[in-house]
Amino acid sequence: MADLALNRSVAPPSRWVAGLKRGGARLWIGAALVGVLVLVALLAPWIAPHDPIEQDLMSAQLPPAWINGGDPAYLLGTDSLGRCVLSRLIYSARTAVVVALIAASLAAAIGIALGLVAGSFGGWVDQLTSRLIDVWMAFPPVLLSIVLAAVIGAGLTSVIAAIVVVDWTRFARVVRAETMVQLQRDYAAAARVIGLSRGGILRLEILPNLVPLVVTLLAVEMGIAILVEVILSFVGISVAGDTATWGGMIAEGRQIVYQAPWIMALPILCIISSVIGFNLLGDGLRLVLDPVQRR
Amino acid sequence: MTTILAIRDLHVAIGHHADATNVLRGASLEVGAGEVRGLVGESGAGKSMLGRAVLGLLPANAIVAAGSIHFEGRDLVAMPESERRNLLGRRIALIPQDPMTSLNPVKRVGAQISNLLRRHLGLSKRDALGRAAELLVEVAIREPRRVLELYPHEISGGMRQRVLIAMAFACDPSLVIADEPTTALDVTVQRQVLQLVERLRQRHGAAILFVTHDLGVVAKICRTMTVLHAGRVLEEGETVDVLAKPRHPYTRALLAATPRADRPAEALRPVPPALIEGLWAEARRLDGQLAMAAS
Amino acid sequence: MTDILLRTGSLSFAYPERAGLFRRASMHEVVKRVDLAVPRGSVLGLVGESGSGKTTLGRLLVRLLKPTSGGIQFDGVEIGGLDEAEMRPLRARIQMIFQDPQSSLNPRLRLGTTLTRPLQVYGRLKGRRDRRDRAAALLDVVGLPADFVDRYPHELSGGQRQRAGIARALALEPDFIVADEIVSGLDVSTQAHILLLLKDLQKRLGLTMVFISHDLSVIRVLCNDVAILQHGEVVETGPVARIFASPQHPYSRELLAAIPLPDVEPGWLDEPSASAIPHQQGSAA
Repeated sequence: MADLALNRSVAPPSRWVAGLKRGGARLWIGAALVGVLVLVALLAPWIAPHDPIEQDLMSAQLPPAWINGGDPAYLLGTDSLGRCVLSRLIYSARTAVVVALIAASLAAAIGIALGLVAGSFGGWVDQLTSRLIDVWMAFPPVLLSIVLAAVIGAGLTSVIAAIVVVDWTRFARVVRAETMVQLQRDYAAAARVIGLSRGGILRLEILPNLVPLVVTLLAVEMGIAILVEVILSFVGISVAGDTATWGGMIAEGRQIVYQAPWIMALPILCIISSVIGFNLLGDGLRLVLDPVQRR
Repeated sequence: MTTILAIRDLHVAIGHHADATNVLRGASLEVGAGEVRGLVGESGAGKSMLGRAVLGLLPANAIVAAGSIHFEGRDLVAMPESERRNLLGRRIALIPQDPMTSLNPVKRVGAQISNLLRRHLGLSKRDALGRAAELLVEVAIREPRRVLELYPHEISGGMRQRVLIAMAFACDPSLVIADEPTTALDVTVQRQVLQLVERLRQRHGAAILFVTHDLGVVAKICRTMTVLHAGRVLEEGETVDVLAKPRHPYTRALLAATPRADRPAEALRPVPPALIEGLWAEARRLDGQLAMAAS
Repeated sequence: MTDILLRTGSLSFAYPERAGLFRRASMHEVVKRVDLAVPRGSVLGLVGESGSGKTTLGRLLVRLLKPTSGGIQFDGVEIGGLDEAEMRPLRARIQMIFQDPQSSLNPRLRLGTTLTRPLQVYGRLKGRRDRRDRAAALLDVVGLPADFVDRYPHELSGGQRQRAGIARALALEPDFIVADEIVSGLDVSTQAHILLLLKDLQKRLGLTMVFISHDLSVIRVLCNDVAILQHGEVVETGPVARIFASPQHPYSRELLAAIPLPDVEPGWLDEPSASAIPHQQGSAA
């Protein structure tokens, strides 16, 4: 019926507005949580009340300021070495964000590249890559991380390497599958008919369609990266010495959980909210970006 | 002749209040016992909605704003849900459009047919299977016993459609709603299926409301026809008369725009956009009048 | 003397079926020794039901698939065995319009991008302004408003999308177009518009076409000749008027007899369905 309206062009309402509406609560809450995390990480030197590694043994194990015995100078209390918990939490966010951004992006880059190759070439290239992915995924990730730490030495590089080395497979698998699906569609065939090379088809036609998927995966991967970093710093493989990390704080706090429970509880809260934030953001972005494709 | 189905001035809208779209605007039609009435319209005309309204399968956000549907003298709209559900499958049946998605893929064909028979006719398991085999013979499926044991994906599309037809007539309904049952079929298969439907109709004495967009199909199997556009009945009558001497310009335009294998290319006339614009304008005017009357 | 633009000789296509553990893969033949000849400027219809191989044949003609055996000559050049690099210059002259515009237009690209991509590939664009102008011009040819350049496919109706598909196929000004079931699934009114649009374009631009459809009535509107396919083989071929007036092959007759014309015909539903009487109503021309 509307087909016959040859010249009627009903202007669509702003696509951005419609998209953002689709995202819903998830998008906003997720974006807010992630936004806070990133801001805290960026502005750490300015918003942290104290130097995170400065020790004040006289004020060790002080509870948060609103509890009996607390000191307003140390808003969230201190740990066993008298270091300000709030400042350490804030500086830990830096580690978390750095790891999340770099590790997730690298894993994505490698995974997408290999996934595209496997999905589009098919044949033995695909077989080889798929088997590689299968074998790779069989390795226990924590073991791999420890081995890497032993080889490279403990530190952030080791953590990032560990995440990238394990998680690229996640991207590769999904991108490979989606690429194969996309290549079956008529627009891929149409692209061949108009003379596009294989590389051109992947770059110009397939890649744009992978965007919603990749963006969502990336957000989720960042949450995972934070968790992995927490595990590794809990175990002591992550950044060296005094540097504040949530995982390290949990490890320390575990020893004195009955005397000073906040030292363990507060980092856990931060981790939870960060990971939930990334997941919600990923979910919300999926809703914003996807419907265009599904129509 | 008794009237099996009487739809009077049916108004159906989708959505709430300000966003509501009218899909049926005062549609009326009647089907007598043993009659085959064609319901013709293009996409968006509301013919599927009409069928669904009779079956009680309107989408959740649809409201019957006005009008009535009487089946064998009983008001379907006012009927309690449970009573209506008992009618469905037993006194009113459906031959759906897509045989692919209308059968449960994880249940054997025999199980699906016998479940229907046991539910509506209270047959024992053995009797139901026996009757199911008889039904398959009626729809010209060879080796019925073997087919009963198969899953839907193990039989061809044409056979699936026959199974659905068998299921529709299984409980001797007085009304069968055929929702574009041959649209997805090859033309030679379509002829066989139409012949089958006619034979079963005669044997079981059912009336059929045949929803389709194909004027050729209407000509061959429907003795009477109703033309629908924008949820309104534009013309109705004996098929012979409507096709030979159409009164409404829309019917005339549709006939002229239908390519015919026995006429040269020059005979094809496109539907004038002005005609369609005019019809939509009328429909919108009607909406306006109704809204005023309601407020 | 007719000038044949596209000719196929014993064209065949088969793909291997799954091999069992102890069974070698058997070849499933989809297209069997098809001979076609399409004169320049004319339209050949390919008719068949599901499983007839018509879609595969269409894809062979635009070299989306490589024939297993037999040849395809385009303007005298054998293209059946060419590799991608060798095909590329010829691709500008051989184009295709796909059945489902929903899936043949990239959902994440604007119409303007999709329509001018062929020009981009062959380096025929002279910058962004040129791109917009060309896109608008293409839209105009198929009767779509110029501001559709910025629209996404999902913002168009089915008929409008199909027009966009036609516009894209015309972008490179090809000599030869294969149209694969382009009006199946469209309303009668939309279908008529698209058919007449295509007919007009074909005449004006002197296009040579192969029009694939399962609907013989639609074939009649557009085609000069028709080839009827069954199980991968051409069972009958000839001028449209002759085939419709007096089909020779039993399958052709069955196919024609099965078409429900919008005329009341008591007895059409009587079995057996294999009625040997073809339609003889109306003028044969």
